[in-house]
Amino acid sequence: MGGWAIAVHGGAGVDPKLPEERQEEARRVLRRCLGVGAAGLRAGLPAVDVVEMVVRELETDPVFNSGRGSALTQEGTVEMEASIMDGRGRRCGSVSGLTTVKNPVSLARLVMDRSPHSYLAFHGAEDFAREQEVEVVDNSYFITDENVRMLKLAKEANRIVYDYRVPVPSADTCSASAGLVGATTDGGLQMNGLPISIYAPETVGCVAVDSGGWCAAATSTGGLMNKMSGRIGDSPLIGSGTYACGACAVSCTGEGEAIIRSTLARDVAALMEYKGLGLQEAVDYALKERLDEGKAGLIAVSRNGEVAYGFNTVGMFRGCATEDGFMDVAIW
Amino acid sequence: MGWAIALHGGAGDIPLSLPAEGRAPREAALRHCLELGVAALKANRPPLDVVELVVRELENSPCFNAGKGSVLTTNGTVEMEACIMDGNTKKCGAVSGLSTVVNAISLARLVMERTPHIYLAFDGAEAFAREQGVETAHSSHFITPENVERLKNAKEAKRVQIDYTEPIKGAIPSSIGDSQIGTVGCVAVDGHGILASATSTGGLVNKMAGRIGDTPIIGAGTYANSYCAVSATGKGESIIQATVARDVAALMEYKGLSLKEAAAYVIERTPKGNVGLVAVSANGEVTMPFNTTGMFRACATEDGYSEIGIWPSGINGDLEYPNK
Repeated sequence: MGGWAIAVHGGAGVDPKLPEERQEEARRVLRRCLGVGAAGLRAGLPAVDVVEMVVRELETDPVFNSGRGSALTQEGTVEMEASIMDGRGRRCGSVSGLTTVKNPVSLARLVMDRSPHSYLAFHGAEDFAREQEVEVVDNSYFITDENVRMLKLAKEANRIVYDYRVPVPSADTCSASAGLVGATTDGGLQMNGLPISIYAPETVGCVAVDSGGWCAAATSTGGLMNKMSGRIGDSPLIGSGTYACGACAVSCTGEGEAIIRSTLARDVAALMEYKGLGLQEAVDYALKERLDEGKAGLIAVSRNGEVAYGFNTVGMFRGCATEDGFMDVAIW
Repeated sequence: MGWAIALHGGAGDIPLSLPAEGRAPREAALRHCLELGVAALKANRPPLDVVELVVRELENSPCFNAGKGSVLTTNGTVEMEACIMDGNTKKCGAVSGLSTVVNAISLARLVMERTPHIYLAFDGAEAFAREQGVETAHSSHFITPENVERLKNAKEAKRVQIDYTEPIKGAIPSSIGDSQIGTVGCVAVDGHGILASATSTGGLVNKMAGRIGDTPIIGAGTYANSYCAVSATGKGESIIQATVARDVAALMEYKGLSLKEAAAYVIERTPKGNVGLVAVSANGEVTMPFNTTGMFRACATEDGYSEIGIWPSGINGDLEYPNK
């Protein structure tokens, strides 16, 4: 027991038909980011620095739904959000509605360290970013062709679902919209009311415990594909998408609304703290008993150097590493 | 068992020297809102409706820091936020960054009931408000002279005030004293054990534009499930990191504490001077603990108990109406 440990995720809810090269690409990114984090922990960096560093890497890489590669709003723009929490002192910082900040998780860190507040959003957050002179870019930097295509499909899926007059393509065509309508090619899997095939890899997060036994968590996302402008999900909400305290650190991903209703991240910690459950027990209990019909996944570490995962979705992009040399990257 | 309701107008450093013209309108507003809530419960309105209508009244009162009477951001504008949660279904709705919506709590309810989302903020929330045709008003509706002065004092003191503070040394005391207003909230349970919670606020005086506090964060300022309903008030940043509202319920569920024990446990572990809350349980119990100097509050239960208060019970001038 003891020693450092780290876990990362790139989203829960994976299209079972995701092409192998996309899977391999995701695994490669996760492995690389895990390596960056493990090196930091080995060098004695505090957990809060490590989680920020790893999530920055995940944001910069376009493969996942955060920073560059974020899901698009109804209007086709990007609105990013993130949060970070240092179990040491339970200090926290959150941001929402970012449109130009290259690394949302770092702005969340600055909110925590350099503002009198815990959470800044939209214009106020953008103003703070300029004040703090963080790197900003045009909103178009974050938008990938992939996501423009996904947004179009999401809009079509919504329209098809609600407009019975739209002719339904025959079930044996290979087009993506046939898949959406018939819902046979993805097995009828849905998340957030949309067919799973809409989802690129998703929200990212990292949890770590350093050699001092301090835990920290960070989560970052572009949010829900085709969301209403102004919609805030679970990722920036302390206690829902992100939580860290003396006992553990947690980062969640999946159906944001379900994660909020079940205050998932806080519940894992509360089960350990108030009900005396161990880390994996608490993770399993929270997913089984607290989520209702919601679909989500999470990663967690404890002050004792343990790592735990859990998800009730088909797949979650994830990886972990511990001081004793164990390393694992997985999707299913 | 039986219905119960509790509401607050904010916790903070309310000085015992608060003059009559500061106390009277607030006590009257608390009494009025309590009566409205009690009447609604007696008429078998669902708790979700009850907490919404009570918070609407509190928002409409200029005495409290929500809706009309909201404190101002550093830019002299209002940015209001609110949150509502149905303990029965755990459905919830939240809004932030509103500048024209007369009743933020009602918009939060519409987010819950008419969108696939839980939380809308700033321009997106304002656009939704127009789409839904809710009542909006020019900022002059919300901004009161007291709050303009409060902001001026805060800037002079160059610090961010929580909802209530002692009058700042050297500042000219205004006739109603300094910062005697705060977040508002209401929790209610009906005779069947169905619970609901609602909270609304203008936030912190002199806050940075875009600052979000604990009020709209499920589990921090607002929470309801099948065990209890909680609405918290005080220093938002402390309430967020302590997940105050969720913790009260979690202590009841996971540690088997009673409502009073759970609420007291949470309050004791939050830095002194930072937090207060009102809570009701499925069994019709009420608790209103705080670790600040005072908290504007009122409650009533089906068995006839009711209470309206500002400072801890027993302090001179506190009003109580024990069992008749």
